[in-house]
Amino acid sequence: MSLLALQAVEVSYGSIRALKAVSLEVQEGEIVTLLGANGAGKTTTLRTISGLLVPRPGKVIFDGADIQGVAPHEIVGLGIGHVPEGRRIFPRMTVVENLEMGAYRRRGNLGPDLDRVFGLFPVLLERRKQLGGTLSGGEQQMLAIGRALMGQPRVLLLDEPSMGLAPLIVAQIFGIIKEIRQSGTTVLLVEQNAAQALSVADRGYVLETGEIVMSDRAEVLLHDDRVRAAYLGEGAA
Amino acid sequence: MSRIAINGVSMSSLRRSQDVRRLGAWVLGALILAVMTGPSGTTTSPTAGFTGSLLHPRVLGYLAFGLVMWALSTARVRSRDRVHSATRGVQQLREKLLGDNRVRHGTYLVLLVLAILVPTQLNSFWQEVLVDQIGVFVLLAVGLNVVVGYAGLLDLGYIAFYAIGAYSAAYWTGALPVHPVFHLNPFYVIPLAILAAVVAGVILGVPTLRLRGDYLAIVTLGFGEIISIVATNLSSVTGGAQGIIGIPHFSVHLSSFHYQWGLSNLPYYYLLLGFVVIVLVAFRSLENSRVGRALAAIREDEVAAEASGVGVLKYKVMAFAIGASTSGFAGLLFASKISFVAPGDFTVQLSILILVLVTFGGMGSLPGAVLGAAVLQWAPEYLRNHPILGFQQQDLYIYLGALLVVMMIFRPSGIWPSRRRRRELALAEEGVGTADAMSGSSDPAAGPG
Ligand SMILES: Nc1ncnc2c1ncn2[C@@H]1O[C@H](COP(=O)(O)OP(=O)(O)OP(=O)(O)O)[C@@H](O)[C@H]1O
Ligand SMILES: [Mg+2]
Repeated sequence: MSLLALQAVEVSYGSIRALKAVSLEVQEGEIVTLLGANGAGKTTTLRTISGLLVPRPGKVIFDGADIQGVAPHEIVGLGIGHVPEGRRIFPRMTVVENLEMGAYRRRGNLGPDLDRVFGLFPVLLERRKQLGGTLSGGEQQMLAIGRALMGQPRVLLLDEPSMGLAPLIVAQIFGIIKEIRQSGTTVLLVEQNAAQALSVADRGYVLETGEIVMSDRAEVLLHDDRVRAAYLGEGAA
Repeated sequence: MSRIAINGVSMSSLRRSQDVRRLGAWVLGALILAVMTGPSGTTTSPTAGFTGSLLHPRVLGYLAFGLVMWALSTARVRSRDRVHSATRGVQQLREKLLGDNRVRHGTYLVLLVLAILVPTQLNSFWQEVLVDQIGVFVLLAVGLNVVVGYAGLLDLGYIAFYAIGAYSAAYWTGALPVHPVFHLNPFYVIPLAILAAVVAGVILGVPTLRLRGDYLAIVTLGFGEIISIVATNLSSVTGGAQGIIGIPHFSVHLSSFHYQWGLSNLPYYYLLLGFVVIVLVAFRSLENSRVGRALAAIREDEVAAEASGVGVLKYKVMAFAIGASTSGFAGLLFASKISFVAPGDFTVQLSILILVLVTFGGMGSLPGAVLGAAVLQWAPEYLRNHPILGFQQQDLYIYLGALLVVMMIFRPSGIWPSRRRRRELALAEEGVGTADAMSGSSDPAAGPG
């Protein structure tokens, strides 16, 4: 049984249908990537999973239970961590305060979790007293990922972590995504940077104007002509 | 070389034109203030408004004020960095002193002792000001500070909850035309008045706080109006526009010990002081609690707070209701003190005034709210007795407006800013984020469904 599944999910903004019968599955321990151009509906999919949007009709199943109608802050408590598009760290809180907010629903000692995040992102340890808003873009992305990890999620939703970052930082972040999976957290990775995403992912889905048009193992997609043409910037053969 | 010189010239001429523009703005502002606060025209001499202000020696005082403000603001712009480092030094010293718990608690203790001893030395006029103008408004400001300062919610109908508290007092003590089943001493009405305010706050808050921040301002504004209109027109229940008299004073009856508060001010002052201290301690611990952290997160980014597991709606309603209950409590206290309640006391203007007190003191800062309320409520009373530049009570709001404008230029974080607020402004100067407490960063897509 899959850890997370969307079953024929439709989501509309007013009269605009952003998702049309989207179904996808994420198994425990996988890295799954969701690719698509601007406006394809990737962010909408993630917001639906974390309860910020409600599918009509359709179901979101997490760990065997239908989580439709559960409030977003409770979904966090169930074990779904969301790193939103554009990072959305708390700009006037320090790095440590940001990380503590990520563990808001948990009580008890945060020490081991802070150590884990600082282990993944040593730069955050250096800057632990700096205000979030003054971090560089890459550091903010790391902080956003760290904050979500503080909630000890079973599945981590990442919305375009490579957005606006230099290639070196992107490579670093994708390396860390692999480490996160190795430590037992499942990852659903939304990306436009198809080459990088497919190189770390096990499987991938391709979303076009609200519909899943392809799904396969990552290496298959990486060598698929249509994917190469549309998302890897290569002319069609 | 020559290029730098050219740049130098253009830079200084740019600066000079900015200085001139600033001079114009200050002088114009001062003249407008002079006219607005001067005498008004009549049908027999329609120009009296201008001859009595602009062509009157008092205009010189206003011009001097404008020039001084211009000089100050220009100096500030010129030496922004120097001023910065100077105030930073002061701030670091303050931080160091206040960071030390012993120093801080010692200061609080000294202030408390002063607050207990000093009023005994005042005459009865100032004792009354201390209760009716300062004490009650300190309580109100501290409560609104939770709503506006901690949670970043703009509540423009805050005074409506004060009315609810006051009318609760009148109802449960049997002063209204409609009688309760049993009459209560005001002390026992406290939980009931607070409950009524909280219920009203929750009923109003739950539907509105789901929406974006702006809606709350409008809905609370309307709510304030509704409450005052109902109080005026529902005469059979509320006694109508002329109000209700005969609300009893507080009293204590413990076996053989009896005490009755009455017309003298000092006993009420100490009662109020006791409540204010309790409320301050409670709100301080609220600020440092899990709830306080949740509110801070909501104020910064609602979506991120929700995604971090904060039940945004719940905490917003909670903050709103805490403010409402404080306001209701103040209403009960004041109604019982003056034995009287009338709809005319609950104007929108009063809600705005309390907002001004909080902003002036420093949003989100408890000492700021206390200080802001004390200073701004004391000053008009002082000016009433020592009119400077022909101060008139009815011009109060013009001066308050001018004061706020000046504050926003020189010290936008208030006279005693909270630590968080100082950070926000520091960041805003660097162009990161908004310094606007009211701008909930919620986006329209954030609401469920
Ligand atoms: N709040 C909203 N109101 C109306 N339409 C919206 C809203 N949010 C998204 N949409 C529309 O839904 C569609 C999908 O948007 P979504 O943000 O999910 O795309 P995306 O795949 O994340 O794109 P990007 O890569 O640019 O972030 C778009 O056509 C967008 O215009
Ligand atoms: Mg997106």
